[in-house]
Amino acid sequence: MITLTIDNKTVEVVKGSTVLEAAKKLKIDIPTLCYDSRMKPHGACRLCIVEIEGMRRPVTSCTTPAEQGMAVTTTSAHLERLRKTTVELLLSDHPNDCMVCIRAGSCTLQELAYKYGIRENRFGGAMRDHNRVDENPFIMREQNKCVLCGLCVRVCEEVQGVSAIGYAGRGFEAKICSPFEHDLNCEFCGQCVSVCPTGALSAKMWAGHPRHEGVELTETTCTYCGCGCNITLHSLGNEITRVSSRTDNHNRGWLCVKGRFGYEFINSEDRLTTPLIRREKGGALEPASWEEAISLVVDKFSAIKEKHGADALGGLASARCTNEENYMFQKLFRSAIGTNNVDHCARY
Amino acid sequence: MNREITVNVCMGTGGIAAGGEQVMKALKQEFEAAGIKNAKIMENCKLHKVGCRGFCARDVLVDVTIDGETSTYQYIEEKMVKRLVQDHVVGGKPITEWLVGDDYHTFHEKQTKIVLHDLGKIDPESIDEYLGVDGYKAAQKVVAEMTPEEVIKTIKDSGLRGRGGGGFPAGVKWAFCAANESDQRYIICNADEGDPGAFMDRSVIEGNPHAVIEGMIIGAYAIGSSLGYVYIRAEYPLAVDRLHTALNAARERGYLGEKLFGTDFNFDIKVKLGAGAFVCGEETALIASIEGERGMPRAKPPFPANKGLWGKPTIINNVETFANVPPIINKGADWFASIGSEKSKGTKVIALTGKIRNTGLIEIPMGMTLKEIIYDIGGGIEGDKLFKAVQTGGPSGGCIPQQYIDLPVHYEGLQSVGSMMGSGGMVVLDETDCMVAIAKFFLTFTQEESCGKCVPCRIGTKRLLEILTRITEGEGRKGDIELLQQLAEDVRDSSLCGLGMSAPNPVISTIKYFRHEYEAHINQKKCPSKTCNKLLTFFIREHQCVGCGMCIRACAVNAITGEKKQPHHIDQDKCIKCGSCFDACKFNAVLKE
Ligand SMILES: Cc1cc2nc3c(=O)[nH]c(=O)nc-3n(C[C@H](O)[C@H](O)[C@H](O)COP(=O)(O)O)c2cc1C
Ligand code: SF4
Ligand code: SF4
Ligand code: SF4
Repeated sequence: MITLTIDNKTVEVVKGSTVLEAAKKLKIDIPTLCYDSRMKPHGACRLCIVEIEGMRRPVTSCTTPAEQGMAVTTTSAHLERLRKTTVELLLSDHPNDCMVCIRAGSCTLQELAYKYGIRENRFGGAMRDHNRVDENPFIMREQNKCVLCGLCVRVCEEVQGVSAIGYAGRGFEAKICSPFEHDLNCEFCGQCVSVCPTGALSAKMWAGHPRHEGVELTETTCTYCGCGCNITLHSLGNEITRVSSRTDNHNRGWLCVKGRFGYEFINSEDRLTTPLIRREKGGALEPASWEEAISLVVDKFSAIKEKHGADALGGLASARCTNEENYMFQKLFRSAIGTNNVDHCARY
Repeated sequence: MNREITVNVCMGTGGIAAGGEQVMKALKQEFEAAGIKNAKIMENCKLHKVGCRGFCARDVLVDVTIDGETSTYQYIEEKMVKRLVQDHVVGGKPITEWLVGDDYHTFHEKQTKIVLHDLGKIDPESIDEYLGVDGYKAAQKVVAEMTPEEVIKTIKDSGLRGRGGGGFPAGVKWAFCAANESDQRYIICNADEGDPGAFMDRSVIEGNPHAVIEGMIIGAYAIGSSLGYVYIRAEYPLAVDRLHTALNAARERGYLGEKLFGTDFNFDIKVKLGAGAFVCGEETALIASIEGERGMPRAKPPFPANKGLWGKPTIINNVETFANVPPIINKGADWFASIGSEKSKGTKVIALTGKIRNTGLIEIPMGMTLKEIIYDIGGGIEGDKLFKAVQTGGPSGGCIPQQYIDLPVHYEGLQSVGSMMGSGGMVVLDETDCMVAIAKFFLTFTQEESCGKCVPCRIGTKRLLEILTRITEGEGRKGDIELLQQLAEDVRDSSLCGLGMSAPNPVISTIKYFRHEYEAHINQKKCPSKTCNKLLTFFIREHQCVGCGMCIRACAVNAITGEKKQPHHIDQDKCIKCGSCFDACKFNAVLKE
């Protein structure tokens, strides 16, 4: 363990912790834009700078390892001046678009502008123009709003292992893009969308739905597979408008393309809401109660078993079931029905 | 008649640019034509490709040595070769009007050469010539007779500091690296040299590549590394070629590879070509680039000496730093420490450019004053204009005004006036250089070369450049100087890497010493040095104008009218102030004010 003081408060952290992590332990708030505890520190936004006794200049707390006996100051006139300039510089190259931006109200940059009270900007000047229509089906890119925090690039590489995006260009014209600036063609897990601190990345299907007003949040579990990722449904009345996932759950906020973007079936007209039974050969499928449907299956199974033996039956379980459910399923086939003909769709 | 004849032709980049290849070819032809080959004196007559001797302003330089007597010629062109061979080599009479003058000799006498000592004397493509000047003796001694600790102690005692910009003591860095437990350590030679106008490292590799290799072998032994890299920019094809030639020769002789000098020490060097990004000279970006990543710096700590290439302890030193190592081993730490100043030992190679008579590559003992460099070695200001300032340290450095002409040139001296040694660029400025325009020039460079990772550098340098641009274009506003100062300080204090930290230096130092020039641009809309065209008015003095029409032809927007042989006239509404007429007029009739 290492003991250090931050703003005159003493804290003990494990070796290998950063100064920022130590400050978080003390609940000291240090502004950040490119930091996400789930990824390697990057040190690009320069907002988390702190003064450390014995060091010549401010250093980024997210990259600096905490050391025994360190004396850290997280706020001073000089630090606040530097932070304010940084936010002002970011805003000087950011479209004044909050009114209609999908991230208004949940945007880190907007929050920083508010925190530092930046109404007028000393640094007007040229603005980048990197917006282009990306024809991919899921992800909406508004690159003029990008603050180059690098979170999307890092999540795609470090978490998703895909590296579908990277940097191009230098200086003021540096930007994030896919190889050769082609349209995005990746797994569309949307991990990048989930970490983007601004409106630079969002989902195409979110557009037009309310951002906050009237939106209800419901914590639930994704039904797509047995992993059971925790998700948050954003709904307006009976309609699901967005799926997100909190970072403090067991899947740490990470989802796959289905969990994140595959929610349209919920409100689909084609969705089955009751069992259907074809009561006559050649007839239409008709709604039925669960009671009736299950009884029918039991009857048919029993008849088949009686006539042809248990091995005439087989079961194929779904990857959408949990381990426990799959256990019960094979139990049903082996013990109740009496056959070993049981398998699982994930094997194919 | 069995005379020993050696002809040396300057074949560094400067020499080649001035026509060295053609001169070489002509020499071969003329020797043949003069029958010198038939007279059987060819055996002693070497046509020698020598590296840079530093006096690039006089290229192509040719030494003709007959029986030990050397005459040095300057400005030699292909068409002069015939007479040179005829009169001097055949006729025995040197052509006095083509010989270099006294200043050539002062240029050399004032210098102290350690790194450049053998440049221009030995053939960089011949390992035997390097061996002839005690080459690889130091490496052999180190590997066969010294312990790594002794080597590190020697380098520490010598006081050698990094020549790539930071000036960090080399021996201390080596010791840090060696102290890390690791199965592998790497050693990297930084030959990225991206500052505009810098050609020190390139000249050293072109002129004496073995010295750098030998320095790396010694460093590798000291820290316990079996693999080194030279990161060199691809825009230096001659240097890259010569480096490969040298590496291959060293491998053939067993100075690289396995069991060096018959010991158990293994070490080899790989060459990695850089794509020409200035920021890739920054050590962490350089490491990322070698690893195949985009050349973007990362925050330190951890320092490369602890966690560098592929996460292993790594030493990065500059070309010149390594080239200093063999002489230190050969002649001892005390010898090296006796040269230079209290805190800066040894010499520094400097690329002397700008408005100076003798531009070129020089090597001075640390602590020599600016005055000695500019007037004694540099021969003073070109065209007898007034000296105004000297810019040192490239885009990361600052401008030092005339009042500091007696300033000693060493790390601490330059730093004390807001500039820095950098990699050793020195640009001399005269009264016609506008300091706002100079700051703008360097900011244009740093803005384009910023990697874009961190906010203050990516956007801050852009805003600095925009403000400077509007000042030079007569759009400067009240408060712009203060805004520049504040932003420059903030970019300096909050950027991630050395590029952003030092990019504001040209702005800060020019405002500090030449604030009145900024004020003149902003308040009076005048450029005192008459450089910023947008602030000038071009007009034709009738009594000077002979009506030749040159200016009419030069003007791209047809702003000039006038009958032949009658005074011409510029229509101020049409004039875009490009200055073409000013350059075109041979009669000094165009005036800018
Ligand atoms: C933007 C930038 C560019 C640099 N370019 C070079 C370079 O071209 N060559 C070099 O040797 N060092 C360069 N450096 C310094 C290196 O980061 C490093 O300090 C140096 O190579 C260490 O070697 P030394 O201790 O021998 O000087 C640069 C630094 C920065 C911040
Ligand atoms: S959607 Fe997933 S795979 Fe595609 S770029 Fe974003 S993080 Fe990478
Ligand atoms: S797109 Fe978003 S996450 Fe990616 S770098 Fe830009 S601001 Fe950061
Ligand atoms: S200071 Fe400039 S070059 Fe260095 S990391 Fe930041 S943006 Fe890149």
